[in-house]
Amino acid sequence: MIRHLLSAGDLDRDEAIAILDTAGELARATGRSVKKLPTLRGRTVVNLFYEDSTRTRISFEAAAKRLSADVITFSAKGSSVSKGESLKDTALTLEAMGADAVVVRHSASGAAHRLAMSGWTDCVVVNAGDGTHEHPTQALLDAYTLRHHLSDGAGDLQGRRVVIVGDILHSRVARSNVLLLETLGAEVTVVGPPTLLPVGVEGWPCSVSYDLDNALTGADAVMMLRVQNERMNAAYFPSAREYSRRYGLDRHRAELLAPDGIVLHPGPMNRGMEITAEVADGPRSVVVEQVTNGVHVRMAVLYRLMGALPELESEAGS
Amino acid sequence: MSMVIREVAPYGEEAVDMTIDDGRIARIDPAGSAPAGEREIDASGLIVLPGLVDLHTHLREPGREDAETIESGTAAAALGGFTAVHAMANTQPVADTAGVVEQVWRRGQEAGYCDVHPVGAVTVGLAGERLAELGAMADSAARVRVFSDDGICVSDAVLMRRALEYVKAFDGVIAQHAQEPRLTEGAQMNEGELSGVLGLRGWPPVAEEAIIARDVLLAEHVGSRVHICHLSTRGSVDIIRWAKQRGIDVTAEVTPHHLILTEELATTYDPRYKVNPPLRTADDVAAVREGLADGTIDIVATDHAPHAHEDKDCEWGAGAFGMLGLQTALSVVIETMVETGRLSWREVADRMSTAPAIIGRVESQGRPLEVGEPANLVLVDPRARWHVNADALASRSRNTPFEGREMSGRVVATFLRGRPTVLEGRLA
Amino acid sequence: MVPASARVLDAADIARSVSRLSHEILERSHGSRDLVLLGIQTRGVPLAHRIAGRMAEIESTTVPCGALDITMYRDDLRLRGARPLDVTELPEGGVDDRVVVLVDDVLYSGRTIRAALDAISDLGRPRAVQLAVLVDRGHRELPIRADYVGKNIPTSREQAVRVRLAEVDGIDEVVVEG
Repeated sequence: MIRHLLSAGDLDRDEAIAILDTAGELARATGRSVKKLPTLRGRTVVNLFYEDSTRTRISFEAAAKRLSADVITFSAKGSSVSKGESLKDTALTLEAMGADAVVVRHSASGAAHRLAMSGWTDCVVVNAGDGTHEHPTQALLDAYTLRHHLSDGAGDLQGRRVVIVGDILHSRVARSNVLLLETLGAEVTVVGPPTLLPVGVEGWPCSVSYDLDNALTGADAVMMLRVQNERMNAAYFPSAREYSRRYGLDRHRAELLAPDGIVLHPGPMNRGMEITAEVADGPRSVVVEQVTNGVHVRMAVLYRLMGALPELESEAGS
Repeated sequence: MSMVIREVAPYGEEAVDMTIDDGRIARIDPAGSAPAGEREIDASGLIVLPGLVDLHTHLREPGREDAETIESGTAAAALGGFTAVHAMANTQPVADTAGVVEQVWRRGQEAGYCDVHPVGAVTVGLAGERLAELGAMADSAARVRVFSDDGICVSDAVLMRRALEYVKAFDGVIAQHAQEPRLTEGAQMNEGELSGVLGLRGWPPVAEEAIIARDVLLAEHVGSRVHICHLSTRGSVDIIRWAKQRGIDVTAEVTPHHLILTEELATTYDPRYKVNPPLRTADDVAAVREGLADGTIDIVATDHAPHAHEDKDCEWGAGAFGMLGLQTALSVVIETMVETGRLSWREVADRMSTAPAIIGRVESQGRPLEVGEPANLVLVDPRARWHVNADALASRSRNTPFEGREMSGRVVATFLRGRPTVLEGRLA
Repeated sequence: MVPASARVLDAADIARSVSRLSHEILERSHGSRDLVLLGIQTRGVPLAHRIAGRMAEIESTTVPCGALDITMYRDDLRLRGARPLDVTELPEGGVDDRVVVLVDDVLYSGRTIRAALDAISDLGRPRAVQLAVLVDRGHRELPIRADYVGKNIPTSREQAVRVRLAEVDGIDEVVVEG
């Protein structure tokens, strides 16, 4: 079992499926009247958020609390983090406080990796988004949602066609999803204007297309990525209107999907930019489900990582 | 005081006895035949080369004495076999006036481990807006001949043209840090498939190559000479090769780290491997080795860049660019160029001593190993192996990319005008 | 003390024990209608179903039967690490105001039962909770005892008791190893 969750690429097929299965059981358990499980009683989970991300932070908080962990949240606003305290100093503080796991969101790619590998702390590290690198729990919750709709909530996503659309270059969600969905057997196509596709994307385990209509035809799912307005100012594309005409998802395009095809978005959505309100709130949209699933997937991740303390495993022996 | 270095092999060739007196090579006799000196050094199995000359060193003084001082940096240089270094201008204050360059030059003389030749800034405060007083620095006691805004590219084409023209008056050279600024905004590592996977903003080869192409054409147009710092890509080697064939007066350097390390190290997200220009691909490494071997690239220069611990013990994005180089440079060249048969020892002497001294117009350095020449020498044990230990390096900083690595060949002794600065691998 | 790796119960013994447990539970509950059997994952679940089946033969009543996974309630996560979760499935009507009989294969330290009691209290409020086990091997670490025991098997702590059931393992037997 892995020690940290830094990249979706850390997960092999069995590990990924085990997390999804665990999340499924937790969803069933918490679907009953049980709101809280005692599993992580006495353990401390620190949410270390150097970037504002209310939804991811709340999701991790809820996940840890439903497992009865003590939760401490550091947010960039109003803490020493925003006063320029380094990641290292914060890590040393957490270590001194006896944290068992750190959930970290940081604007620097590789920050979670560095936290886990630098020797600053012995905590379990969960990457909650690092720069433009990865966001593995988002990919897990997306895979969970896809599996629920496309594979009856079991097994993998063998042969399912998933299209990821938008700012692939800056998207940690896209990177993690490409890796994880490929591991689970899905056929992934990334679509976007060439300026928003990274150099070397041909080497990724997915297909690449500039033509959204073509890619959507018959696909089982489409994942729309948020496009930030500042990309327009940096000349990645000429105008919001042109972007949404070429790469936005409207009802007409959504109908190109397979009959039961679904629409995902990691949020927050720019309604009218990459997705029309009609599609965002329409019958194919599973955006609200994604949020619910996020809590269960994160519970599963915390449970599996915090249960696996390598120095103790040997002691347990038989 | 006379000193006899016995049974030493100049350029790795036939062993001789070399007698040093009064700061010069006084005699060269067949091995074992020199008359006894006041001091004797048994150098059997060792190679003697002219003392190494570095055209690209960051000594950090004045301004960042916590990272390096002229004393600690020149000590590292001597231990690495250098008898002269060129101290880059990006200090605080910037070396853009006669006053600052004279101070650096004088502090180098005081430290005494090797000669320090200050590099003058091309533009005031490295701001890229107006020329610094290049003539005043040239005429100062420091006799500056190399001018560079290193760390920042002189990207304005008109300013670059004027600088190239202006330094002709005193036979100066502009050493360009070739980096198109707009193409490299926020850049963190080589741009390619790996940067896309790691989510680190890319530093595309074209940002280096475009500036080199422009500057060799500018140098041709105005009839000046230009030097390209730390070139790192196959495309850059091709452009320099083309320019030289065309007769353009261009010289170029490669760093030891670009001769041996590749971008794969960025997967660790450890800023020890963060450097500017970034580590490139294995194909680029092969190209710069070929270029250095065939003379397209004239010299090896260390770009020794000490950084305080806190500037490297952090996340990649926050880490400073740069690596230590002085004490590992020769070993890297031995491993990548000599042991692979690409360079003879005579060619090593050319790339690391003679040619950089000529580019920097340092007359007393990089001289042939002949009677009457200044005794700036380095003794090398080519068969020795050692492991890098950052804590044991003379630099005040520890940001070597080679920690724990086994290195080929070792500097046994260094002589500055006949005076040993290093003996038996330790400061004398 | 039993010798190393001895089979202490065979298929017929297990069938007899299941039968006796079924009788005892029915007797004690006076044919109660609000009885619920809850098998603890993994081998408690088929045992619970066997008991329910036997009860149906004896009294031709259907006793509701469910499954309880106690993984998330264990107190040895630090020692043993995370394990895959199993299904928890309550019979229709849940456990509120019912007499819940927990069913497990082996009673040892009592920690599994402690976890099961916690899990049940999260699921509802039974009128009473009882415990039926196929084997009681002793060495309790908590003040817990079984209401119904198929077979008492004295063991040492160094020994391991393996219960194998056809539904899970393809064979019915109880073996003591070590």
